[in-house]
Amino acid sequence: MTTNLRIAFLPLNDVAVLAAARERGFAEEEGLALDLVRTTSWATLRDRLVYGQVQAAHMLAPLAVAVTLGLSQQPAALAAPFKLGVNGNMLVMAKDFAAALAPDPAARLADPLGTAHDFAAAIGLWRRKPIIGVVHRFSSHALMLRYWLASAGIDPDRDVVLRVLPPSLTVEAIHAGEIDGFIAGEPWGSAAIESGRAEAVAIGQRIWQRGVEKVLAFREPWLEENPETTDRLLRALARAAVWCDEPDNREILADILADPRYVGQPSDLILRTLSGTIVPRAGDAAVSCPDFVLFSREATPFPWRSQALWIYSQLVRWNMVEPSAETEARAAAVFRPDVYRRALAGSDLPMPGASMKLEGAVGAPLGVGSRKGDLLLGPDRFFDGRVFDPERIEDYLAGFAPQH
Amino acid sequence: MRIVIIDDSGLRATVLEEGLRDAGYDDIHIVPPRGAFVARLERMAPDVVLMDLGSPSRDTLEEMLTVSRALARPIAMFVDQSDEAMIGAAIDAGVSAYVVDGLRKERVKPVLELAVRRFNAFSRMQTELEEARTALADRKVIDRAKSILMNQRALSEQDAYALLRSTAMNQGKKIAEVAQALITASDLLGGV
Repeated sequence: MTTNLRIAFLPLNDVAVLAAARERGFAEEEGLALDLVRTTSWATLRDRLVYGQVQAAHMLAPLAVAVTLGLSQQPAALAAPFKLGVNGNMLVMAKDFAAALAPDPAARLADPLGTAHDFAAAIGLWRRKPIIGVVHRFSSHALMLRYWLASAGIDPDRDVVLRVLPPSLTVEAIHAGEIDGFIAGEPWGSAAIESGRAEAVAIGQRIWQRGVEKVLAFREPWLEENPETTDRLLRALARAAVWCDEPDNREILADILADPRYVGQPSDLILRTLSGTIVPRAGDAAVSCPDFVLFSREATPFPWRSQALWIYSQLVRWNMVEPSAETEARAAAVFRPDVYRRALAGSDLPMPGASMKLEGAVGAPLGVGSRKGDLLLGPDRFFDGRVFDPERIEDYLAGFAPQH
Repeated sequence: MRIVIIDDSGLRATVLEEGLRDAGYDDIHIVPPRGAFVARLERMAPDVVLMDLGSPSRDTLEEMLTVSRALARPIAMFVDQSDEAMIGAAIDAGVSAYVVDGLRKERVKPVLELAVRRFNAFSRMQTELEEARTALADRKVIDRAKSILMNQRALSEQDAYALLRSTAMNQGKKIAEVAQALITASDLLGGV
């Protein structure tokens, strides 16, 4: 018997795992028929999920936490048992703004700390407060941009204007001069660079080497009432993720995503960052960045509770939520490693033994405790060298200079 | 009650506005979601904001509602969360509504219901228009294919059509598809 599942998504490269599960037969093998619902705003994706029009959604991890905490319209307990990807964001700025930064874009990307300080100087030279597009208040993009700007003493709430706009409108907005730059998931940064109006200034992976990005989010009650369907979906996605990470499959994957039903952008543009290369300025040589986006290796889909707590710590840091032990516990509980373990117990994927870890503590690939198989964690440093200990959030937050 | 409709499609907004005016609402403004629409909205201080659920600008609007005082305390979509039928109908119709806090649900509900009806009517209109367009295009293709068959195989118009239809049935295709294939083949072979 085939089970139908409706899953909402936004047109971005990191819908890859869902698209591959549907187009390459992984869902079908588990007796699932996926109806992937293309959506143009995070608000509508959220509403479709919260009001039960879809069973699951390709969601910004911080948005899943925010909806659960009642910070984004109708509160609803969401559950994220599977990460759809790690990394994949790029900050691009209009050419005339970027002219005040290091002349070689590749050098900027390699030195995020130096570039943050150059950025601070560039703000003073700009004709107004720079307007930077972010895809959502509760996006990994916005949190990472804030983190990066603040490292150079820039107050993201005072020294720049963060303007929310959907990824698909970013390129148009930079052309119209409505924004001076933006941070978004691919292929939108590459599209803006290709259009000749913008240059790469920073990439997510150089800010946090293994940055939490999209999750597969469910309504928690639905997840609890449908364990068997959930498990089948997670198994299908885990296999699809392995397929997506295989370099030989990247061209097919880019062709799938290029279809208007998914991203609707040229497949060579999509392929560029999928295969780990960036062209930081139109006409420049490509820069290799093999960890630009990860789907499966290093147990990428595993929802580490410490990553939900890192999101919570940033929401507290930027005064988006009042800290409390209860709120912290609810934020942590959005990520569901227990469901991931139950669904994939029978698979041959490496299975982390713990549910929390220090974030930002791995400098070189590290073998860690795994129930089966070898689990190698890649380097996950923050560019400023800070380490997030989920047991000591207050100390972590005290370590940042006061912003106001 | 001041109602602002945020919409890019002039037609849909007009359809909705007319309906609201007929129902006795007269303080209605249409704002396209471009440029500084957020600032305009702020000055208008609306009680209800209606917007197409499919509009990519919803995130921008919500951010504005979060940081500005355009609506004292906006509620997304629905005043009464228990009214699931209403919520489902609104999402199906593609309506999203933001309502100022304190506005009683008896006052808002008729506006929402009307918006749902009008959005549905609009999408029906679009579908019918689309179907009419397709039908016209199909007829042109079929006429051309018929004349090719009539010229090259000396068939009557009726027989030419019968041949197209039986071919379509045998191949499980639409007549227009078979006609198009015939035209393409004929063009390739240099026919008329």
